[in-house]
Amino acid sequence: MSTNYKGVDYFNLDELLSEEEKMIRETTRDFVNSEVLPIIEHHNQAMTFPKELIPKMAEIGLFGPTLPEQYGGIGINNVAYGLMMIELERGDSGLRSFASVQSALCMYPIFAFGNEEQKMKWLPPMARAEKIGCFGLTEPDYGSNPGGMITNAQKCDGGYVLNGAKMWITNSPIADVAIVWAKLDGVVNGFLVEREFKGFGTPEMKGKLSLRASITGEITLQDVFVPEENLLPGVQGLKGPLSCLNQARYGIAWGVLGAAMECYATALEYSLSRIQFDVPIASFQMTQEKLVWMLNEITKGQLMCYHLGRMKDNGTMKHQHVSMAKRNNCEIALTICRMAREILGANGILDEYPVMRHANNLESVKTYEGTHEMHTLIIGEDITGIPAFRVS
Amino acid sequence: MKIAVCISQVPDTTTKVKVGGNGKSIDPAGVTYIINPYDEFAVEEALKLKEKNGGETVVISVGRDGVKETIRKAFAMGIDKGILVKTDNELDSYSVARNLADVLKEINPDIIFFGKQSVDYDDSQVSTLTAEFLGLRSVSVVVDLKIEGSTVTAEREIEGGKEIVTSSLPVVISAQKGLNNPRYPNLKGIMQAKSKPIEEKQPSFTDNKTEVISMRLPHGKSKGKIIGTDATAVPELVRLLREEAKVI
Repeated sequence: MSTNYKGVDYFNLDELLSEEEKMIRETTRDFVNSEVLPIIEHHNQAMTFPKELIPKMAEIGLFGPTLPEQYGGIGINNVAYGLMMIELERGDSGLRSFASVQSALCMYPIFAFGNEEQKMKWLPPMARAEKIGCFGLTEPDYGSNPGGMITNAQKCDGGYVLNGAKMWITNSPIADVAIVWAKLDGVVNGFLVEREFKGFGTPEMKGKLSLRASITGEITLQDVFVPEENLLPGVQGLKGPLSCLNQARYGIAWGVLGAAMECYATALEYSLSRIQFDVPIASFQMTQEKLVWMLNEITKGQLMCYHLGRMKDNGTMKHQHVSMAKRNNCEIALTICRMAREILGANGILDEYPVMRHANNLESVKTYEGTHEMHTLIIGEDITGIPAFRVS
Repeated sequence: MKIAVCISQVPDTTTKVKVGGNGKSIDPAGVTYIINPYDEFAVEEALKLKEKNGGETVVISVGRDGVKETIRKAFAMGIDKGILVKTDNELDSYSVARNLADVLKEINPDIIFFGKQSVDYDDSQVSTLTAEFLGLRSVSVVVDLKIEGSTVTAEREIEGGKEIVTSSLPVVISAQKGLNNPRYPNLKGIMQAKSKPIEEKQPSFTDNKTEVISMRLPHGKSKGKIIGTDATAVPELVRLLREEAKVI
């Protein structure tokens, strides 16, 4: 897409935003236009993450920006954070994933469950991206059901010994620290596992056909000694990792709208310039129907997110609200990308246009951080009182 | 070091402007306004200078209340304070420069930056007029700037080449693309922007020397013509380029 992109705002929803919120969106958009769009397709093809962008993202303040200033944050509100995620994901879901992992899955648990020493040691350098984090919850055999995890910790003199394996870990091959969730006497606990700890490995996972401009790896733990001071003291049980996922899902619910907006804008522009039967294909009712559906769903998704953000800021947001927004917006964003592909016809599969890349990325985004089905059941449980995923 | 930057708010360069009902100015409906792109180079140079030498940066603008939004963009980039000469009247380059000069006289900066022109009216007059009103040296269309003590060395773009000139502080500099890469306003700067002060002033001079009597859009491009799709069309193409378009 051209850098003339002005966002998608059919319902004048900008009226709901403050000047700062809009400025934070603009600066992220300018960054994506100038630094991300020109190079992202190359990284997608090469299956590399654009590491050179990390310091620039830190300089703008994109990591942990909702945290208080003493921990390297800026104290922006959750609506501004969401708008930022839209712009990053308009660039690429891999870029947004990187920011989500650093901010929501790593900085957040240290902030929420860490002691003061841990916060001061890790958060400011993570905000400056001098330290990169990753989050180890999912295991080869435990995805939607993380409570079944095998990874365990055993108390020893001066700390703990960790054993186990994690899979599908964004950023693990480049991380300086991993927040690893492991069972200690049968109860899930969080540990800060540092790169140089003996027995800690992070092999990269190859062969992805989605989120190619993002690094994914495993975490292997073989008798890794973790000192006492690296245990996150503030939480025990699954609510620890689940609360982190809730932060990340919040960002995803917003972010995917960016991918959808980019595909909608591309399809609209294409449909006005592509001539068939002597007229732009935008003249055809079936094309218009697609474009209107896309815009309609984007607008509903925006409204849902804007209110979700205000609820998060005033403390009335429930995790089921996040599930609904994540579930809905991933679903519509993926459909929008596929529709854009149809409007572009054969051109839609070329790397000259962003739509196939976004569609492929969203295949992952729809299932990570809680599959569509899990979010359905989370909301289902909330409204019926019956937890359908605990059948037995 | 006192560093001043004069900035202007212009319609977004991607906006499709329409002429307003009076036939003399653009219709503001649906227009988004941005900081004049050349002024971003001026702001960046001012910030770099402050980072190197210390001091204070101030932006000055002339225009409607809405210009404060553009001043806050400069704040978000790192500028310390702002002055808005507030007026709803359309002022010409002469009047804008007179107002700016009156404000600048009070501040007495060591260096004053401008963008080389604003991309709306394209007059390219305000920086030199202001320098003249202040009785200051002025170097325009600058693509590289070095300041050692009070000695100023500037590289200018000239037709087909570069020119190096020296001058001394205080000086007026107008910035050309290439002078630097303007920074992105960072989130911290954006959050601090609201608490930075904007001083409002009444215009000291409104007696325009020129008057816009009409404004119109350029004629639309005439429709293209496809003569053929292979080599057999070349003779006809050549004939039309010669006889109709008269370009060869």
